[in-house]
Amino acid sequence: MNIRFDREPDNTLVVRIGGDWSIADGLPSTDELKRQIGSKPAPGRVAFDTSELACWDSSLLAFLVKLTDCCMQESILIAKQGLPEGVVKLLDLAAAVPEKKDARKHGGSTPFLSRVGEAALNAGQSTGEMLAFIGEAFVALIKLIRGRARFRRSDLFLLIQECGAQALPIVTLISVLVGLILAFVGAVELRLFGAQIYVADLVGIGMAREMGAMMTAIVMAGRTGAAFAAQLGTMEVNEEIDALKTLGISPMEFLVLPRMLALVLMLPLLCLYADLMGILGGGIMGVDLLDISPTQYFNETILALNLTQFAVGLIKAGVFGVLVALSGCLRGMQCGRSASAVGEAATSAVVTAIVSIIVSDAILTVIYDRIGM
Amino acid sequence: MENQLSKKEACIEVRDLTMEYGSFVIQRNLSFTVNRGDIFVIMGESGCGKSTLLRHMVGLKEPASGLVLYDGASFWDCDLPGRRTLMRRFGILYQSGALWSSMTLAENVALPLGEYTSLSPVEIKELVSLKLSLAGLAGFEEFYPSEISGGMRKRAALARAMALDPDILFFDEPSAGLDPISARRLDELILELRDSLGATIVVVTHELASIFAIANNSVFLDADARTMTAVGDPHRLLHESNDPKIRSFLTRGESN
Repeated sequence: MNIRFDREPDNTLVVRIGGDWSIADGLPSTDELKRQIGSKPAPGRVAFDTSELACWDSSLLAFLVKLTDCCMQESILIAKQGLPEGVVKLLDLAAAVPEKKDARKHGGSTPFLSRVGEAALNAGQSTGEMLAFIGEAFVALIKLIRGRARFRRSDLFLLIQECGAQALPIVTLISVLVGLILAFVGAVELRLFGAQIYVADLVGIGMAREMGAMMTAIVMAGRTGAAFAAQLGTMEVNEEIDALKTLGISPMEFLVLPRMLALVLMLPLLCLYADLMGILGGGIMGVDLLDISPTQYFNETILALNLTQFAVGLIKAGVFGVLVALSGCLRGMQCGRSASAVGEAATSAVVTAIVSIIVSDAILTVIYDRIGM
Repeated sequence: MENQLSKKEACIEVRDLTMEYGSFVIQRNLSFTVNRGDIFVIMGESGCGKSTLLRHMVGLKEPASGLVLYDGASFWDCDLPGRRTLMRRFGILYQSGALWSSMTLAENVALPLGEYTSLSPVEIKELVSLKLSLAGLAGFEEFYPSEISGGMRKRAALARAMALDPDILFFDEPSAGLDPISARRLDELILELRDSLGATIVVVTHELASIFAIANNSVFLDADARTMTAVGDPHRLLHESNDPKIRSFLTRGESN
């Protein structure tokens, strides 16, 4: 690309544009242009000579737009006759819709105090939304108990399959490994006292009371809770939830209730399975590393555990199931109407679920201690 | 980009194209030529495979058999870098805009420029403003796609499709979901772009008003026969075609 500026005797600035113009070569510098236009005496008008112009694209347009802006500021006339027809058309098109000044967003940062205020208001609002959601879910549950909730039974069975049977492989892997780790950590200390047989107690009680429920819940929060949020969020984006509402079907009963039921039913079962897998994992470690015979390990585990220990874990698992389902569905229903909002919903579902799992675990542990379980 | 309207040379050529999903044949034996500077319309009833044909032409789906030639070079016989180079010549406007929702309009248009040119951020910003103002969206740089109306989203998507000054533009149902006036403005914009940029434009649509306003060549896909039943200027097809299906399509079923 080449640009030359010539001053005609009648004080016209002729811009001679030639060569190939392509955005691949970058945009021309505008310093010379500004100098020419700003020079004294100011040019009366600007004309173009494009007889040597070969190919052109947006780079020429961008240059001309800048030239036009400069001339407008100095109120210099522009004669577009010398430009190729296509260029003139595109320039007119670009200028056809004037820039909407009020459309431009107000830049600049908001002051600190107003940001704090906004955050506080948002926190209050989201707490309100969460409480409303829990309330609605409870009402739906009561409807279910009275046999009036409307949802498709086949959905429920599909969901049960999704968050039950299909979760078995990952739950197996995680809980066997957690059992192994518990046994290993315990063994290192207990061996010092020659009390390695108590590894079986440690693993059994640890898995049954705490780790089985906790690990299963966290796996399910990442696996199923996020899926619920993404699923409901996408339905919100596609207006599927609106379609349910306008048909008079409560999305709470139709979508949220079966998901909650499925998780509340399946999480304790998965937890029981995880308990046993964890004990198996501990057993592998005990037999392999500590030379305890399988029978010994088994007997010690039976001695250490009773049904109460399992009940403690299973009740926790039930509570976690409600929490994971609630947070997944809540974040899904709150989802905005864009692809990135679905991603945010899934993320925040997992975060909410894990935080509430840990907090409720702490609360339950204190309660169990008080009632002597 | 010179005005090359005067020369009638083939830009895109489709030869014996067969499209399949699995073993289900959607359309077979499609053969037609799109000349440089044409506005070529792919028309037909819903579900006849119009969008699928577009996906085959832009390289999103590999044909079961047959060729798609660009300036004589077969798209699917090129190696990957060759295909990338060809695809760089395309600008595609997707049915629902397909703007990236986590980016502002300016970022949406700037992404192809940043990826494929060595322009500085300031230069990219200038070009982005230019493209948005060409689409009638000057001043909307900082908006997210979710904050603007459907028609504006379409135009923003058009600005993105034009970002790299493509010489072939593909439009998938450009006027779907637009009010008649916005749809007409978009048609005018398409004509304007063809005339000033000399671009070749392929449009998938079943909006009759649009077809007659912009097209100078077209292909009609028949869903039942699973092949094309006519090719040519839709104005001519309206008067000359003997196929009752095409006649009724082009007259909104009022001819029979």
